[in-house]
Parts: sequence; C-alpha cells; structure tokens
Amino acid sequence: MKPRTIIEKIWDNHVVAERADAPTLLFVDLHLVHEVTSPQAFDGLRARGLKVRRPDLTIATTDHSTPTTPRGLPIVDKIAAAQVEKLIQNCKDFGIHCYPLGSDKQGIVHVIGPELGMTQPGVTLVCGDSHTATHGALGALAFGIGTSEVEHVLATQCLLQKRSKTYQVRVDGTLKPGVSAKDIILALIARIGIGGGTGCVFEYCGSAIRSLSMEERMTVCNMSIEAGARAGLVAPDDTTYQYVSGREYAPKGAAWDQAVARWRQLPTDDGATYDKSITIDASALEPMITFGTNPGMGIPIRGVVPNPSDITDPLERDSLARALVYMDLPAGKPLLGHPVNVVFIGSCTNSRISDLRTAASVLKGRKVHPGVRVLVVPGSQQVKEQAQAEGLDQIFRDAGADWREAGCSMCIAMNGDQLQPGEYSVSTSNRNFEGRQGQGGRTFLASPMTAAASAIAGKVSDVRELL
Amino acid sequence: MEKFTAFQSQMVVIPRDNIDTDQIIPARFLKTISKVGLGDQLFCDWRYGADGKPKPDFVLNKPESKSRQVLLAGDNFGCGSSREHAPWALTQYGFRAVISTSFADIFKNNSLKNSLLPIVVAPDVHAELLKNPDAPVQVDLASQALTLASGRKVEFPVDSFAKHCLLEGIDELGYILQQELAIAAFEAAHPVGIDTRA
Repeated sequence: MKPRTIIEKIWDNHVVAERADAPTLLFVDLHLVHEVTSPQAFDGLRARGLKVRRPDLTIATTDHSTPTTPRGLPIVDKIAAAQVEKLIQNCKDFGIHCYPLGSDKQGIVHVIGPELGMTQPGVTLVCGDSHTATHGALGALAFGIGTSEVEHVLATQCLLQKRSKTYQVRVDGTLKPGVSAKDIILALIARIGIGGGTGCVFEYCGSAIRSLSMEERMTVCNMSIEAGARAGLVAPDDTTYQYVSGREYAPKGAAWDQAVARWRQLPTDDGATYDKSITIDASALEPMITFGTNPGMGIPIRGVVPNPSDITDPLERDSLARALVYMDLPAGKPLLGHPVNVVFIGSCTNSRISDLRTAASVLKGRKVHPGVRVLVVPGSQQVKEQAQAEGLDQIFRDAGADWREAGCSMCIAMNGDQLQPGEYSVSTSNRNFEGRQGQGGRTFLASPMTAAASAIAGKVSDVRELL
Repeated sequence: MEKFTAFQSQMVVIPRDNIDTDQIIPARFLKTISKVGLGDQLFCDWRYGADGKPKPDFVLNKPESKSRQVLLAGDNFGCGSSREHAPWALTQYGFRAVISTSFADIFKNNSLKNSLLPIVVAPDVHAELLKNPDAPVQVDLASQALTLASGRKVEFPVDSFAKHCLLEGIDELGYILQQELAIAAFEAAHPVGIDTRA
C-alpha cells in the first residue's frame, strides 16, 4: 500500500460514499454545537421535518455570546439572552446534551471537547466555528463549517467534502526561555501569510512539536485557520494518550487498550509525501507580537513595524498602510514600549490551565500597571475550578487583574467584554481584525507570557526581562 | 434555492486584500437567530460612522452601487471566521457574485450554498477589472465564463457538483439525504465509541 499521511488515513477511514460527479461523503464522529452558528440550522431541520440523526455524537455548549460575569445574574443583552435560550430549547427539542451557563462543565467549545475526553485521536470532528482545528492537537481531523453544513451534519452526520492538500509544517529545535507555542504559530503565519495554507490541512511535526504539551499543541493547531488552513493536526503519541487517559468520555479498560493500538496506526507512514512543506527552526524564534489588522502582520517583539513603501504590490502596500492608519502606528519603529489599555488572557487559543499557570507565574508578586484593565477569562468552568484550587485566581486578583467566568469573552466581543474605540490591547486570542475586540479597538496578539509582562509594564514588553 | 442564471452587472469595487468576515459582518450582529435582515449591516464598520450615519465616501453608500450585483475585491476574500452570516449579508444586499484572485475556503463553501458565486480570476484579469470599475461584466455560470467590458472572455473554475446544484437550484442536504443507504451501512460497520448523552 502507498505510504499515507495521517491526514489521508483519517480521511480514508471516514469515506461513506465516493462518486465521480460529487464530492466525497464523509462521516463525522463528533459534532460540537454552540449558540451562534446553530439556530438557523435547527430551523432548517424543522422546516423539513427532520430529526438530529446522531444526538449521541453531538454536544452543545454556550460560549460566544455569554457573559463572563458571575453566574446566576441574568444576561443583560436581551438579544444574546434569546440566542442562548434558543440553543437550550433546540437541544431539548432535538435530544442533544448541552452544557449551558451554570453547568460546571460549560466552557469554550474547543476547550471542553478535549477536556471531557470527547476529542480523541483519529476522529473527524466539526463545529460551526473556524477554530475547530484546535482539536487536531489530539490527532483528529477537525475543521470549521458554516451553518448550512451544521444543518447537514445534524440531519445526516455527514458532510460533502473535497480532499484538501497536505501541508507539512516541521518545527525542529528547542524553544528559548520566554518563547512559547503561541510564538511558533504566530511566526508560521507571519512567514506564509494568512492565505498561505488555503486549501490545505497542516500536519505539525518535528522535535519542537513533539516536545510540546497537549495544551500547547492545541494553541498551535487552533490558529491553523489564521494561515488559511481549515485544519491542522499533530500525530498522536504518548503525550496524547497520557492526556486522554482517564478523562470522562475516554475509553476505559480493555476498550482503552484497543483504542491505543488503533491510534498507534495513525501517524504518517515513512515515505509518505505532502503537497507542500515548510521547516521552522524553533531555536531561532523570539517572542512574537502582531502590529496590524490580520494575524499575518506579526514581528518579533524587538522588531520594527514594516514600512509600506518597501512593498511593491499596490494592494499589499495599501493593506499595510491601511492597517497602520487603523492601528495609529508609525512605520519603521519598534512596537516595544507602546502603551496598552487592556490585557486579555483567554480565548480558545490560550485559556487552558497551563496558559493560566504561565501568566500567573509572571504576575505573581507583581502588580498590574495602574490604568491597565486586565481580564483573565478561563476557557471552561473546569479550568476555572482547577485554577482556583491552585490559588491562581488569588495571584491574578492580588496583581489587580479581573478574574472572570468561562467564555469566549473579548476574543470576539459579543458578550459585552470589549475594547473602547481607540484602545490598545495585548491579547492572547487569535484575531486582530479591525474591530474584532470592539468597534475601533486595536489588538496586539501575543502569548500569555508577553500579555502578562505587558500588563505589569502598561506597555508592550519583552517577558524575558522578567525571567 | 433559486436557479442561478446568467446576468450582466456593473461592479462595486473594494480594492483591498484579505477582507475578513469580521469586516463583511461584524460579530455583534451574530446574536441574531434569523438568516435575514443582514443586508443593512454588510460592511457595517466601513459603511457607517460612529453616529450611525452612512459615510458618503464608502462605495456601498454611493447611489449607483445599489443595483450592482457583482463585488470586486482583493486577494483572499472572506478570510477568518466560518460565519455564514457573511454570504447571507452579501446576498441580502443584492450581490450574486464576488470576484477576487482567491477566496478563503470556508467562505467559498458557504457562498456556494447560498447562490453567491465566488469567481477566481488571474492577477492580470483582476488588474484589468480594477482599471474599469464602472464597466459591466457578464457572468455565465453554465459556460463558466466571465466577460469583461473589453469583450475579453475568461473561464473561471468552479466545482462541478456545486455548479450543478447552483444551476438547478438543488440544495446539498437533499442530495445527502438520498445517500441514506450508504450512511446506514457506514454506521453499521463503524460503531463509534462515545455517547455524548451518557
């Protein structure tokens, strides 16, 4: 048999039907549902008189438009409240298990899937959210879909899909202190651009990826879409099995041994080829930060903001110039030392317990700069509980940060957590698009370490000065 | 779905690369539970000032834009989030096609399911279109042809299945539902280990 990549193996294992005149019909092992991209899909089912085919393979939670203020308070935004209510009603009507607000397992959909042990190696997993690639960290083929496709999966547990190109992202070497998984992915996106992975699925490999913890791999896979790739994954290894083992929905006993034996067949065969590949030297990476209005506009923390006049392509030059106008930044100057108003530590990229531990280790015994608002938003209620058990919440509070309930929060600013026009944030989230964190707000994307260091200094900072 | 027919239209031009779905329809409008009513919010933050009034210099606010059905934009159009609200907003404004040198994957998929045709053209064709923003173009999906005002006719790629669905007004779910036997056979042969309700 021809050597295959893990991407091809998972695909081949899920082909329901293949016809010359149509895309492949692919089976979906797990469908994650949230309040924002699902109501119209459920309405579609009702209009056709259809049921949810596999409620046993579907799970729902509320995360996007939900407040991060103390639970039990009513949702002030009536439109958001209606959307949250709608999801709960839809789940009731169609027999889907939901972790709503108030549940001790509620959280960002991409945090709770792995946390509960639902995300497992080798599965196909979809969600009406572009950051679904997060689950690829466990060796799953996971990608974001639109609401029409949410309806297709609810009704049939299948999707019509065309095979993507395979793209090997090899990261070798050892990260230097102060450099993290977030910096790997920001560096990749800066290098290949936000359309560099369009039409592709990434497989992250190499010694630096192998050395990452499961949560760090989630950070890397999470932002695959910011390079245009619908999915990104890491072949499972002992780190993966150790992470999955014992979780609520993980196989137990003999079923566990069988599962691991099956998962060991997944890694890419020797001799398999990719459509594209790139190599990154982890040991040469610096902490990264974005300066512009898309995630590809990133520089090393001590680098300078590029100059539009150095770019020949007119549209490219124009988009950089526009970004600098929107961000109100001069070209050719460093970002280091630029004042910030808000620091956001959270989102499906960086809200897991290890992210909070890292941020807390920088903030411990230090104070947030006066005038800087710092929001720390755990990715799930379970992460929140764990952080509180470890006393991390107290470290954040003592430093002057705001400790919140779980949700997407200021990553997408649908829930009232947002920047004011003109404000600058250093944010551990995934998108710095115009207005992403609030109309007129300006976002610098960075790692939890860089965010914490910047919170203390009140300006964009190099965490290595604090280490 | 309505059948996608050939048409001729002038273009609305937004000559920017990497227009993301947060610009097409900002996230604060995603709290709706409906598919409709999004046309007025298309490009909201570029289109309206802080006072909520239309910015006269933004192209969508020019009177001649109202009846135009083709949007010409820069490379990598529709990048970012998976929100299908983006093609909903575009079609509800009145667009039937978007022309660019490339599209983000999820946006392209979502568009094809909503009778919005993403047309990929080569950089030189794109440059010619940009030079003649007010000239009409002809879009003929059946022959996969885009005809420029100069008479230059270029072929654009489109997935054959999506093309068939658009031309015939077929929606994909109907097609997938017809595969019931294959789906049931797959399920029987591949028991899945988890039950999310357990």
